[in-house]
Amino acid sequence: MEVTTKSMPYDAWKDNEYIEKLVKELQDNGTNVIVGSLDKLINWGRSNSLWPLTFATSCCGIEFVSLGAARFDMARFGWEVARSSPRQADFMMVAGTIVNRMVPVFRRLYDQLAEPKYVIACGSCAISGGPFLKSYHVAKGIADIVPVDVYLPGCPPRPEAMIYAIMQLSRKIKVERFFGGVNRQEKQQEFLREHPVAGVND
Amino acid sequence: MATIQDKIAALCPEAQFEQADVLQVTVPEAKWHDLAVALRHDADLAFDYLITIVGMDWQESMGCIYYMMSTSRGNETLAVKVIAAGTRKSPYLPSVFDVWAVATLYEREVYDFFGIIFVNNPDMRRLFLSIDWVGYPLRKDYDTDPKLNPISTESERQSDFTDTWTLEKGKLVKNEVRVFQPEDFVVNIGPQHPSTHGVLRFRTCIDGETIKKIDVYMGYIHRGIEKLMEGLTYPQCLPFLDRMDYFSAQNYHSGMCRLVERAAGIKISRRAEVIRVMMDELSRIASHCLFMGTFCMDLGATSMLFYTLRVREQILDIMEKTCGARMTFNYPCIGGVMQDLHPDFQKDVKALLEIIPANIKEYQKLFTGNVIAKERMVGVGLLSKEDAISYGVTGPSGRASGWSCDLRKIRPYSIYPELDFEEVLATEGDSMARFNVRLHEIEQSAKILEQLVDNIPEGEYCVKVPKVIKLPAGHWFEMTEGCRGVLGIYLESDGGTTPYRVKLAPPCLPLAGVVDHITEGMKIADLITIGGSLDYIIPDMDR
Ligand code: SF4
Repeated sequence: MEVTTKSMPYDAWKDNEYIEKLVKELQDNGTNVIVGSLDKLINWGRSNSLWPLTFATSCCGIEFVSLGAARFDMARFGWEVARSSPRQADFMMVAGTIVNRMVPVFRRLYDQLAEPKYVIACGSCAISGGPFLKSYHVAKGIADIVPVDVYLPGCPPRPEAMIYAIMQLSRKIKVERFFGGVNRQEKQQEFLREHPVAGVND
Repeated sequence: MATIQDKIAALCPEAQFEQADVLQVTVPEAKWHDLAVALRHDADLAFDYLITIVGMDWQESMGCIYYMMSTSRGNETLAVKVIAAGTRKSPYLPSVFDVWAVATLYEREVYDFFGIIFVNNPDMRRLFLSIDWVGYPLRKDYDTDPKLNPISTESERQSDFTDTWTLEKGKLVKNEVRVFQPEDFVVNIGPQHPSTHGVLRFRTCIDGETIKKIDVYMGYIHRGIEKLMEGLTYPQCLPFLDRMDYFSAQNYHSGMCRLVERAAGIKISRRAEVIRVMMDELSRIASHCLFMGTFCMDLGATSMLFYTLRVREQILDIMEKTCGARMTFNYPCIGGVMQDLHPDFQKDVKALLEIIPANIKEYQKLFTGNVIAKERMVGVGLLSKEDAISYGVTGPSGRASGWSCDLRKIRPYSIYPELDFEEVLATEGDSMARFNVRLHEIEQSAKILEQLVDNIPEGEYCVKVPKVIKLPAGHWFEMTEGCRGVLGIYLESDGGTTPYRVKLAPPCLPLAGVVDHITEGMKIADLITIGGSLDYIIPDMDR
């Protein structure tokens, strides 16, 4: 099965192995015909209208603004509805450095996102701390704070790269499964159990 | 210079003078407050603009260096060095919050980084770090063990109180005072709010719809750049400048390069100077364009963003061809610039200059003349010239209040003295003026580019510099006109390859510091207009 998005030929992707692995996992678990097509329908809907949360802490956020403007125009892909409230957004593009003081706020925003929710770690700061790795007040990547779906390297990543990353995300959503089997949701729950926040997860 | 020196010597006989790049006076802590009052109010001194307070840890002692400028007397600068009294555990200095309004904020910053207590400062809280933070990070003996200050997803402890310290019979006494009264109605805005332009938080006390007081809460993007720089060589320090105010990346970068070049005695070629100035002005246009877009978006006019970003993208293309990046260029380097201009550069700049006048006309048609825009901006967020100086509000925001603070004019550096352009000033001091000043600055920057585009001299773009750059022991201070105001850089070297201390005094910190003053008595909806028109960049103020 070739999983791709409408605007991207399958061979143009740089890393088809991982998606093939995901597909194989999915097929190995076996699918009920009715449930399978329901899954497909849901995934089709979800993957084509990804709404981002307006969230940016620093430099990378400006490229996200460029992405929204006329030249790169993310409206072409149905992602332009950037929401200011996490309750209405589907995914969070973590554009910028996350520092100690921001961590609880960031985690709260993530917790407030409605399910299903996704995270893109955008830029080297979000991935590892980037140029500020040795700082006393910077989180060394967001992977310890929230589960991450797509990593997008760059300092800052170009808007084209951001498009690629969001497409990767929508491709990943296409091979998800919402009924039965071990799916992403469960892995996410497991992560949250391992990284609890008082008052939220108890 | 002699008169200032004589005057200060008469006021304070113990003062010691040292002529570095800026005249530096060392005074004892006990005399400092009286001298500060005299420096500020004496007509022959009149140092009314406090540029920055540099906290210092010299290991055997701690203290501060105050950089100030006299706006009425030819923009002369002076540095005052004061060694803190008390023990290393609790060093203290008298506060000068009653002399310069911005000192309240600067002293909080020094307290946060060095633990120096400012006696009588009405608000001695930490600024960027949490209340429970262990240690003072910029001290040389700071314990960096992450176990002491772990990253936690639990909400930070909040407090309604702040401290003030008084000196009673030579002993420090701490008093708790309330930031807000128990009956106050406080609304929290931010840190994740679309109109704060980043992660800034306002604790806003309102009475009905009227703002009574705003407590600006920073540090949500404090990245510890100053400390990081202490462990890096001079060329390695440079990329951080791009990541503070990312719109002034070129300006900040060349400012720091100029400082290191001056300290190391490197003279760069004229070609490099011209390239740097051109890049600075291109950045200024791009930055002001983005300001207009986001500001109008804050006011509800989203379409403006698309118009202004069109020009910005064109500039980014020019930069990308030469520098290889759309942002965080890392282009100027010690000795000149990283690489030569792209062959298309002149052609592209000319194409840009051609479209700018038409674009400005369009912006004015679209927005400036709009009735709703006028209603929301005219007379909103008034800032007088005196307050602008006292709060250290520089850049276009300061010039909108009538303060002539454009360093390119008042303390020209690089090739600016040879260029023909005007400093844009307005007198109204409201949001509309701040908007208009930026709009006209685009025209002036275009004028500068016009003069230079056909006059880029031949020569090397980067002179030969030693592989390892070592600075002699000493200290230097440099100011640069960024897109949002004055960036002050203080550099102290102990003779090695890494700086002993770098202090970055960004323009956006005072811009945020003035919010409380400027919004008092305004309506809550105007907070967005005012904040937008001041145009602060959060990573710049937090560093
Ligand atoms: S990855 Fe680079 S551009 Fe992005 S926030 Fe970090 S420092 Fe800024």
